[in-house]
Amino acid sequence: MPVKVENLTYVYMPNTPFEKKALDNINLEIKDGEFVGLIGHTGSGKSTLIQQLNGLLKPTFGKVYIDDISITDKGISLKSIRQKVGIVFQYPEHQLFEETVYKDIAFGPTNLGLTNEEIEKRVKRAMDFVGLDYETYKDRSPFELSGGQKRRVAIAGVLAMEPKVLILDEPTAGLDPKGRDEVLKQIKRMHKEYKMTIIMVTHSMDEVAQLADRLIVLDKGKIVIEGSPREVFNQIDTLEKIGLSVPQVKYLAKKLKEKGFNINEDIITLEEAKREILRLFKERKI
Amino acid sequence: MIKDITIGQYLPGDSFIHKLDPRVKILLAFLYIILIFLINNFYGYLVVIAFTLLVVMLAKIPIKYLFNGIKGVIWLIIFTAVLNATLTPGKVIFKLFNLIPFTDKGIDLALFMSMRLILLIVGTSVLTLTTSPISLTDGIERLLNPFKKIGVPAHELAMMMTIALRFIPTLLDETDKIMKAQMARGADFDSGGIIKKAKNLIPVLVPLFISAFRRADELALAMEARCYRGGENRTRMKQLKTDKRDYIAIAAFIAFSIICIISRRWR
Ligand SMILES: Nc1ncnc2c1ncn2[C@@H]1O[C@H](COP(=O)(O)OP(=O)(O)OP(=O)(O)O)[C@@H](O)[C@H]1O
Ligand SMILES: [Mg+2]
Repeated sequence: MPVKVENLTYVYMPNTPFEKKALDNINLEIKDGEFVGLIGHTGSGKSTLIQQLNGLLKPTFGKVYIDDISITDKGISLKSIRQKVGIVFQYPEHQLFEETVYKDIAFGPTNLGLTNEEIEKRVKRAMDFVGLDYETYKDRSPFELSGGQKRRVAIAGVLAMEPKVLILDEPTAGLDPKGRDEVLKQIKRMHKEYKMTIIMVTHSMDEVAQLADRLIVLDKGKIVIEGSPREVFNQIDTLEKIGLSVPQVKYLAKKLKEKGFNINEDIITLEEAKREILRLFKERKI
Repeated sequence: MIKDITIGQYLPGDSFIHKLDPRVKILLAFLYIILIFLINNFYGYLVVIAFTLLVVMLAKIPIKYLFNGIKGVIWLIIFTAVLNATLTPGKVIFKLFNLIPFTDKGIDLALFMSMRLILLIVGTSVLTLTTSPISLTDGIERLLNPFKKIGVPAHELAMMMTIALRFIPTLLDETDKIMKAQMARGADFDSGGIIKKAKNLIPVLVPLFISAFRRADELALAMEARCYRGGENRTRMKQLKTDKRDYIAIAAFIAFSIICIISRRWR
């Protein structure tokens, strides 16, 4: 089990007037090669939860296991945990600092104390992962790239650590549609071709409907729904009550059904919607 | 981690002290500091400590916050105390390691200086803990107003202070975020010697500066978009007013000062 969380509670600034319980008794297991979508309203505790998974925040109560090792135990090297669990934070391009793309991506592997050849190999591989051409970009300054390119450099910086589990906090926030599609495409590829375990935090229901095997819905620090996207998105009322929504096509299907069309309401992606609507057309022989 | 820094922190509340006019509070805090350095004997300090505790209680500040403030400079206090105790000429009382002499006058002075520093920190902490940064700078601006005629840019200074104070939590937040992001990439900020530690900060400082400049730029634009043009003819939404409460505070403080000055004669 690459990731397991037991009875996890986290309190920010305990024993001050600003005390805030951000996570409340979370239990969670993530399997090898799974793609998990983490959704929840603003302030529900998503970012807090993912920071527990590589020891950036320490649980107030409860345990976190990575590869069956409890990461808060004495003598556990956090560096080795952080190598296994890579986190790409929100707006990761704000953390770029080196003169060249190469050096920035090499920062992680260098910290791991790898040899120069190994570092170069990993930088090449990481750039290939995110679809940046090595020769074209390696000597450019990261600060002169476009927003989408910057973000991909930042993601490559985490990938170069070659983590088993990759966590992405709103990887598409603030990108234009083209940048967003590119980043999503790369994430999908990492999951499909390289069998990475992925946890993605997002506000876009359409994105997780398309990509995730399983969804975890947080509200006020608690897990309220868990299941496949299809199961989760069937609970429209609960989701809307906690300030979330379901994929656009789901609303479309509902409207069509109300108008008397015999449409399968269980669709969640654009692809499925297309198929259903084409089927309807054929049945009516229009 | 970085959140532990409490300098200039404001503790919202609605106590008597919180509600005082910031101008009055600033002036009284200023006089309080002068008084601390006028006191020359033990009894005087008892009076000051009693008065300070009274104010702290009136302001309903948890003692923990004051300790935190002192903890931040405890090494400075110890350092000055040791220097005072050893370097002041007088009768040598004992020698540490048979080498470093502690004199009687020196120890006296060390105690007084530590007392002064602690009271100084507590006093100014009470001011910042009970006054929101905005009213603090507001008060400073109004106090500096009379000096405008001799070319002191009171409004600009106050605005700069407001902005700087406003950005402290934002920048701390940002530092925290960037440190975490680099730690996720295996950066290590805790180990190594001084030079290594300083070098390790580059991955934090570069993004921090970039973001500070970006924010400054955005703020300047936003202010300009709302037609900000400095102090001329500017009116305020909240006018500062002194009322009965402030006169009570001033009267109490004057009584306190008189006792302090008289205490100089107690021996
Ligand atoms: N450093 C901090 N100090 C104190 N409280 C915090 C801190 N970070 C987050 N919180 C609080 O913890 C709660 C959970 O925050 P978190 O950032 O995990 O939410 P989130 O689900 O990631 O939200 P968003 O979708 O806006 O990113 C919020 O109520 C927030 O105010
Ligand atoms: Mg977040």
